[in-house]
Amino acid sequence: MPTKILHKEKLIPGRTSKLVLDAPQIAATARPGHFVILRVDERGERFPLTIADTDKEHGTITIVYLVLGRSTQMLEELEEGQEILDVCGPLGRATCIETFAAPKKVICVGGGTGVAAMHHIAKGHHEAGNYVIACIGARNKDLLLFEKELSLFCDEVLVSTDDGSAGRQGIVTDLVRDRLDSEGGNIAEVVAVGPVPMMQAVADLTRGYNVPTTVSLNSLMVDGLGMCGACRVTVGGQMKFTCVDGPEFDGHQVDFAELRSRLGSFRTQEAQAREHHRCNCFERKEA
Amino acid sequence: MSQEVTRGAKIPRHDMPCQAPEERIRNFNEVALGYTAEMAREEATRCLQCKKPLCRTGCPVDIAIPDFIAEVVKGDIDEASRIIHASSSLPAVCGRVCPQEKQCEGRCILGKKGQPVAIGRLERYVADHASAEKMPEIKKTGRRVACIGSGPSSVTCAGYLARLGVDVTMFEGLHEAGGVLIYGIPAFRLPKDVVAHELDGLRSMGVDIRLNHVGGRTVTVDSLLKEGYDAVFIGVGAGLPHFLGVPGENCIGVFSANEYLTRVNLGRAHSFPDYDTPVAPGRHVTVFGAGNVAMDAARTALRLGAESVHIVYRRTRAEMPARGEEIEHALEEGVKLLELSAPVRFLYDEENHLTGVELQRMELGEPDASGRRRPRPVEGQNFVQETDLAIVALGTRSNPLMLDCTPGLKLTEKGYIAVDENGETSIPNVYAGGDIVTGAATVILAMGAGRRAAQSIARKMGLEQ
Repeated sequence: MPTKILHKEKLIPGRTSKLVLDAPQIAATARPGHFVILRVDERGERFPLTIADTDKEHGTITIVYLVLGRSTQMLEELEEGQEILDVCGPLGRATCIETFAAPKKVICVGGGTGVAAMHHIAKGHHEAGNYVIACIGARNKDLLLFEKELSLFCDEVLVSTDDGSAGRQGIVTDLVRDRLDSEGGNIAEVVAVGPVPMMQAVADLTRGYNVPTTVSLNSLMVDGLGMCGACRVTVGGQMKFTCVDGPEFDGHQVDFAELRSRLGSFRTQEAQAREHHRCNCFERKEA
Repeated sequence: MSQEVTRGAKIPRHDMPCQAPEERIRNFNEVALGYTAEMAREEATRCLQCKKPLCRTGCPVDIAIPDFIAEVVKGDIDEASRIIHASSSLPAVCGRVCPQEKQCEGRCILGKKGQPVAIGRLERYVADHASAEKMPEIKKTGRRVACIGSGPSSVTCAGYLARLGVDVTMFEGLHEAGGVLIYGIPAFRLPKDVVAHELDGLRSMGVDIRLNHVGGRTVTVDSLLKEGYDAVFIGVGAGLPHFLGVPGENCIGVFSANEYLTRVNLGRAHSFPDYDTPVAPGRHVTVFGAGNVAMDAARTALRLGAESVHIVYRRTRAEMPARGEEIEHALEEGVKLLELSAPVRFLYDEENHLTGVELQRMELGEPDASGRRRPRPVEGQNFVQETDLAIVALGTRSNPLMLDCTPGLKLTEKGYIAVDENGETSIPNVYAGGDIVTGAATVILAMGAGRRAAQSIARKMGLEQ
């Protein structure tokens, strides 16, 4: 089912883009936390991306990606009006959103393109009536994502940059630590989505405060439909599958070291594919 | 009759012509090349045409085996095909992948003293050589049925109903239709064009196949019934793989057979990097399990260039559940068996890459509930097998994706969908069949279930007695 790109916005030129896709069937049932599996062309690889936003009225979903490997490179080469060959979903379990009465608050932390996935979850918390504090971080102000989108509904948006070019100088966990200290037990839940080291750091931090923490994992997947087991992770000593048991898990229980290692399963082949892509992308487009 | 008996018993069973092992491990083309007309005829004359054919009782869908074989003797392949099609929708598939030695051929009277009639090979011959069936004029009934999944059970159900004039829509979650026939069974055992031919047949009968539609997600049973489908058939197949549960299983280099085969069969990883899906190229491969999927994985690894492939099994070759032909083909190709060995833990280097597996020697004790002798460990005889790619082929459990999202659907103790003798679930007008009902089983059983459900649906609609 080829899926049309209705709108493309280059958030960080050459690195990260946002696509709004015409996908009414997916939009109709997608909830925060869900992901889709995409395949760009006939020879493409299936890969998962978390849904960053949905618009049920217009039948669209939004995805945001970091150009990293060949598949995201090919996605980046598509323009508005063109089609992605396969988009399937919504997959995974939706975020479990509890309503917390004031003065309880929820902190939603995002790093890298994880900010986009976090955006959908933060929106879910907001719509459930929760007080939402968004914490987003990047190396510098040009790499910050979704600040404007988050400020549309979040009660607070806190920013950190490594170089201090926007918000507070430092890393995003510093923002979280400050709020955990200043809120004195009012933080009911922390949600963290982003690079594995960031999610691990947040989980390590909140463990000391005994605050429930949800992380959204980006495991490798093949079918994404609960068949292959590529996305297995260890959570609380048990084997879980990100595609059907997740993608969200209790951050205090996830074996992050194993997750990081498994994410590198195909590092050699990924480098090979990138090189191959550089040499052959013209020919492939012609084919 | 007596003359025929002598004839049948005297002619030796025809071997299947195959690609030579040293040749075929360098390609993904079909290994078994199929009988010639002469071989088929001669093999068919071996059939004794028993008055009470035991072969039929061994066939899960009760194909009139002696009748179709008699037509092969006469040379009327189209009539033979018509006879098979009265009971089976996918003879080109089943002739290739059915475990005949446990079914029809296992009951053949000739097998008592010598070699049974090669029923599977004859079935394949008929399927491959019959002229295209002339499609009778289909009168539309205005009835609509949704089939979720596009594997053997759904294909059978859809085909049966489409012939009766039902508008069938088939929903497939993956980007290619065919289910296990596409992502699971390798092309060297079941060429993709055989499957494509069956699916084209469905399309020509007006079946609408929608890809990237995940049952339970993109479409739900509830949404389909509300949309006006008169009945829904759930044939979503098997789910998550079983793992061994030994330490080190999540290191880099341990795959489920599902993942390994899906990467190659669906993702065309054998053509990486022209295709984008990668697969780990193992040098010393170990495969755990001894069913058909284990054989498929082992033989795929050879074709991807492995230097050595060992199948590790707790019991011995005699107890292996795979089809005899698959085991023979694997051995001919150079796959080695490590019998009476069970994994204790996987070993890996500082970068978490698999380097070996510690195995424990086993011996066979008393028979268990399955009648097979139970393996038990021999203490103090552990050894290490070097391996950089391990493939776990221990079967699958039910897939939660569909079940979680279908309130009111009654499950069995093991988590599969509970159905009555007509294939109907606890939700009226919702049917199910195949692996999601039985647990991992065979193509022919799934097909039989799809057919049974289709018949019940047709009866309910008043389209059949």
